[in-house]
Amino acid sequence: MISVTDLLLAIRPLHVCIGPTGHIRQVGKSFCKLGIDDPTGSRFLEVFEILRPAKPASMSELRDLAGQVLRLRLRAEPGLGLRGLVVDDRADGAILDLSFGIAVVDAVQRFGLTAQDFAPSDLVMELLFLQEAKSSAMAASFSLNARLNGARLAAETDALTDGLTGLHNRRALDGALARLGQSDTEYAILQMDLDRFKQVNDTLGHSVGDAVLKRVAAIVRSQTRQDDLLVRAGGDEFVVVCPGLTDDLRLTSLAAGLIRAISEPAMIDGQDVTIGASIGIAVSRMVVRCDPATHVSRADVALYAAKRSGRGRHLFWTSGMGDSLADLDLPAAQSRGG
Amino acid sequence: MHGLIFRTLEAFISDAFGPDRWAQAVAFSDLPITSFEAMLQYDAAYFPILLTACAQNLDRAPSVILEDLGAYLITHQNHASVRRLMRFGGDTFSELLHSLDDLPGRTRLAVSGLELPHVHVREPIPRNFTIHCTGTPTGFGHVLVGLLRAMADDYGTLAVLDHRGVRDGAEIIEVQVIETAFADDRGFSLAETEAAHLG
Repeated sequence: MISVTDLLLAIRPLHVCIGPTGHIRQVGKSFCKLGIDDPTGSRFLEVFEILRPAKPASMSELRDLAGQVLRLRLRAEPGLGLRGLVVDDRADGAILDLSFGIAVVDAVQRFGLTAQDFAPSDLVMELLFLQEAKSSAMAASFSLNARLNGARLAAETDALTDGLTGLHNRRALDGALARLGQSDTEYAILQMDLDRFKQVNDTLGHSVGDAVLKRVAAIVRSQTRQDDLLVRAGGDEFVVVCPGLTDDLRLTSLAAGLIRAISEPAMIDGQDVTIGASIGIAVSRMVVRCDPATHVSRADVALYAAKRSGRGRHLFWTSGMGDSLADLDLPAAQSRGG
Repeated sequence: MHGLIFRTLEAFISDAFGPDRWAQAVAFSDLPITSFEAMLQYDAAYFPILLTACAQNLDRAPSVILEDLGAYLITHQNHASVRRLMRFGGDTFSELLHSLDDLPGRTRLAVSGLELPHVHVREPIPRNFTIHCTGTPTGFGHVLVGLLRAMADDYGTLAVLDHRGVRDGAEIIEVQVIETAFADDRGFSLAETEAAHLG
């Protein structure tokens, strides 16, 4: 029959045999990999520190821990947690069987351990295999997520952008108004229609019409602030939302500047093109709060009033105009789009 | 069928013959997909259609493409993790062969949902192995031949591998290990970590 010490050497690479005096008599072959001098002959409690469930100070106290799971560490490698079992050797000494537990992944990296440093019956190779396979699969998963996220952001941008002019679209306007409605920010809405655009489109063709819309978008971009939301709401309808801008003088100057620049004759595809613009303005004020849809509707009412009073001009909404197009007389409302 | 299988075919054809050849093969196959993701599931019926399209476009037998794909998985730097995971199978090429029974189980551990054929290995005469593969994807035996040939090189072992066709629904592979220290072992350290990922 094989002796106990030879059996331990054959099958347990991380065991420690301690004599009655508390000195180490034998260690498993993998201890030499852990960057410490051969601990044989040293006092066990000077090489190892037992952390849980108790801190024994003598051999008898150590043997009293038999049957319990110990948490311990090498004093030379305090960062590396070990766990193990104490067995009373019935000759006033003790035998400890140790393992790295979950710290095995770090231990393999740190000490360059190999399959031979572990018992063949140990599941450590499966654990390492899983750890590596999991990392690879996670990397593939992250890369898929990154690509999907990029595609999502691009689709979201597309969904909020007017393809022709690169301005925002009505969907973006609805989102921005909903956010403004939730905040305390005051703002102005400028609703702008082009005058004589329909004639240009009908007589000079859609490509000239498209070029006109792009030119108007460029003018709107150049005359507004970074924070303003610029929207082509459809056809020849444009909307500018100006957060924090409620000063009548500055809004007047902005509206007049837009109308002046848009009304200048332009040469497009070798054709002289002259259009105009009308603008209605509604301003939200803290003192009389109402929802953004009401302001949009008021800006629309002011726009029709501007068109009715001769086009090529802007008007601020006033309470005398009413809150909706139904409050205006019908012939004026029908003049839209001319 | 797991996207990794499709992704591997796509990566192999693109890396070995150029992305244009992959695009041509996909166009020829008439499938509604042009590129595959490793972490999505696809209709299993796509695989034989794609393989046939690749074979016609490249003027090679499907079995040759699958064998080269197996070797590519082990030797190409983009898939260094596959080689490492295979090396967990054993310290020698023969040990690796004996571990192949575990291959489908290990694969499932690595990537849940990735189902491979059942593999059964016997060594009736020392150094003469017979491997039976049963199940889908059909043709997996050819991939295994290419993969094991590359692994034999990796271990520095001289071995002769042969796909013997299908018998009783199982693909049969015969392996003869001739010389275990034929060339240098490329080596394997548990501690090594590589950033490369599957697929």
